[in-house]
Amino acid sequence: MHEETEITSLPDRSIELPEPVAKFIEEWKDKPGNLIMVLHKVQEHYGYVPRDVAFEVAARLRVPLAKIYGVITFYHFFKLRKPGRHQIAVCMGTACYLKGGEDLIKELETILGIGLNQTTPDGEFSLEAVRCIGCCGLAPVLTVDGQVYGRLTKDQLADIVARHRGA
Amino acid sequence: MAYTQFVLVCAGTACDSCHSRAMYERLVEGVRAHGLADRVQVVRTGCFGFCAQGPVVKVLPDESFYVKVQPTDADEIVAEHLVKGRPVRRLLYSGPAPAAAVTDIPFYQKQLRIVLRNCGLIDPENVHEYIARDGYAALARVLTEMTPEDVIEELRRSGLRGRGGAGYPTWKKWSFTKAVEADTKYIICNADEGDPGAYMDRSTLEGDPHSILEAMAIAGYAVGAHQGYIYVRAEYPLAIHRLDIAIRQARELGLLGRDILGRGFDFDIEIRLGAGAFVCGEETALIASIEGKRGMPVPRPPYPAVRGLWGRPTVINNVETLANVPVIILKGGDWFASIGTETSKGTKVFALTGKVNNSGLIEVPMGITLREIIFDIGGGIKGGKRFKAVQTGGPSGGLIPEQFLDTPIDYESLAKLGSIMGSGGMIVMDEDDCIVDVNKFYLEFTVDESCGKCAPCRIGGRTMYNLLTKIAEGRGTVADIEQIQTVATAMQKASLCGLGQTAPNPVLSGLRYFGDEYRVHIKERRCPAGRCRALVTYTILPDKCIGCTLCARRCPVNCISGERRKPHIIDLTRCIKCGECFQVCKFGAVQRS
Amino acid sequence: MGKITLEELRELRERARAELVRREADTSGGDIIVGMGTCGLAAGAREAMSALVEELNRHGLSNVRVRPTGCMGLCHSEPTVEVRIPGMPEVIYGKVTPEVARRIVEEHVLGHKLLDDHVYDRPAPDLMSPPARPGK
Repeated sequence: MHEETEITSLPDRSIELPEPVAKFIEEWKDKPGNLIMVLHKVQEHYGYVPRDVAFEVAARLRVPLAKIYGVITFYHFFKLRKPGRHQIAVCMGTACYLKGGEDLIKELETILGIGLNQTTPDGEFSLEAVRCIGCCGLAPVLTVDGQVYGRLTKDQLADIVARHRGA
Repeated sequence: MAYTQFVLVCAGTACDSCHSRAMYERLVEGVRAHGLADRVQVVRTGCFGFCAQGPVVKVLPDESFYVKVQPTDADEIVAEHLVKGRPVRRLLYSGPAPAAAVTDIPFYQKQLRIVLRNCGLIDPENVHEYIARDGYAALARVLTEMTPEDVIEELRRSGLRGRGGAGYPTWKKWSFTKAVEADTKYIICNADEGDPGAYMDRSTLEGDPHSILEAMAIAGYAVGAHQGYIYVRAEYPLAIHRLDIAIRQARELGLLGRDILGRGFDFDIEIRLGAGAFVCGEETALIASIEGKRGMPVPRPPYPAVRGLWGRPTVINNVETLANVPVIILKGGDWFASIGTETSKGTKVFALTGKVNNSGLIEVPMGITLREIIFDIGGGIKGGKRFKAVQTGGPSGGLIPEQFLDTPIDYESLAKLGSIMGSGGMIVMDEDDCIVDVNKFYLEFTVDESCGKCAPCRIGGRTMYNLLTKIAEGRGTVADIEQIQTVATAMQKASLCGLGQTAPNPVLSGLRYFGDEYRVHIKERRCPAGRCRALVTYTILPDKCIGCTLCARRCPVNCISGERRKPHIIDLTRCIKCGECFQVCKFGAVQRS
Repeated sequence: MGKITLEELRELRERARAELVRREADTSGGDIIVGMGTCGLAAGAREAMSALVEELNRHGLSNVRVRPTGCMGLCHSEPTVEVRIPGMPEVIYGKVTPEVARRIVEEHVLGHKLLDDHVYDRPAPDLMSPPARPGK
């Protein structure tokens, strides 16, 4: 079921992959359906999927680059641009929406001076809205680098941002 | 001297409003008067649910549960129960206890935990604690005493149906896959819980991961599969972590891997991560995703049971369905079938959230009513507001209004109401929530998550969303409603997969039960709940405004003016209707209309 | 531990059951179980757990075991903690801040008194054959 397309002419962009990523690819190289798992590993390491790494993955897995970008752009989880050092993700699941998730986003946009899916000029914070993270009992919630803050009100946000700035 | 008895007085909001405080004081006084103060402790507690039956009092250690206790009853509880050790029978809870038959435990709770049997009790990272509570005993029984046919027969008797959405009988799925001749078959656990407002599966995986591994191995034995995959959302790092530990522990003990328990059966499990695509909850899309491709559905038949992962026969069950399996094997299909309704057996786990006092993860027998869930377990609506609707089934489900709160819930009754059981999100809405706005929220979700492969879903969803936006912005016409209905029918009939087929459900139920609210948006250009921004106007009432300037200072666009201690004015041409002034005013001077 | 057979699984079960009462370590003082699902952790379960451990240590109560579990289902009152000590009914406490956690040790474990305003009801009876527990 997998594409047997041979990649004949890869541009000369071959790069060194960091050890954990290289090792992971080596381990998964021959397993069917490995692409998404490999992309997860890449994003875990870089925070996104850099273009030259995507080329390298294509070469090592012998998968067409188009397929890799097809997969990356299909799934919300994968990012093509480098996120901020701290990633703020506001939950927009139903419970959080009903309890004011949108207000949290607006307030954060004001505090950070950026819009949704943008990164502050100093590269410190990026802001995104995410699907339900399953803490509906604590709605509205957001996460900063995976750490969950719940039962939030707008006035707590400046504090939370300050706590992570430079940390 | 140590206390030997404890009297728990519910001090939740609802009980508090009906004299629980007076009763608490009276109990304390009674205990002191009878000289029991160093033997009996009276404590106030958090909400126990049962708010309609309040105030409630519980006595430990004997677990007597008193309801509708009046302050005057306090004396009797002290004199009879605490002094003489005779519970006051007339005050004991004796309501319907649907599951009482299956446990010998005095039962006043509305919940019954089969799926969540170990959640909140065992250490999920310690396989020994799972084993101590009969973990892997079902797998052992299956491998020693039962043929694959026996296993499927037990499931058939149990009446277990898929908990992920449509409610297809689990035994049938298994027997289809079993019947196919193939060298390789697969078991997939669908843990791609994408429904916003649902977290039952995450909690099960985090709290009791081994139960899923055990069930998958049992499924493998029944259908002749030796490899399983758990497809889990990447957004659930803790669940992934605990599954990973559980798989390693099970392998170490030989409960996964080659020759399990020395019985010659091989089965192993691998975790595969989702990547944030709701459509991957659909089984053919999920398979595509495990295969490393874009998660797009393909037409069925052939069903995955016959042609699934890498073209091989594949059983796909969701987390909650699987979690039931070991208990069914241990306690018997007949036992399981004794719980629930005619068509829907066993229990259902719900994530009860939204505008309800006690949000939480609950497991209830099928056939319980929505009223019992929302008011007895959930403790009613937050802040004493009015109940408006409850959404079950997430973006594929529908809104259920007040008049159907007493419907016993099962797969069929919810479908009749225009909703679905779905995976188990249950979101309660109150008078401040706008139906048009909520419908729009879910459609925005399904439009965003549509994979774009088939036109009815890709174009139909967008068309409906645009029409709803039009209505929410006060530009709607009566003809729009008709058009919504036409598009909805097309989507239901022609979409390739469940996502598109069910996406119109929330809107259709909204139109069916809250048509008036839609009409007010269209004809009067008004949003009664005040959620649709374009239809709301904020004004300051001059007679209530004391000129504190708070609103003017908070207004993000500086469109409020006025002198200190004089009534302020909002410049409506510049107002962005953020509602900040409305929220911050302490004098009720900002009016929303 | 290597692979086990059926007989060994049975033995392991019996042993594990007994272990719930008494492990190699002395747990005669009882168990404190902290709900550590995602919701619990988000609401501060880790802080509650550290406070419990610190406070137990401070009082030299090495025979009380603190252990994690999954979600107890009481999301509205996270973090949740179940306390099972001999001579006291088993109760679930909700909204356990580090402060409340220290009070649990002081008042419940040492003082054999329940804490006012923090007890929540167990959502359902235990379906599986309940293992023998300390305190019963």
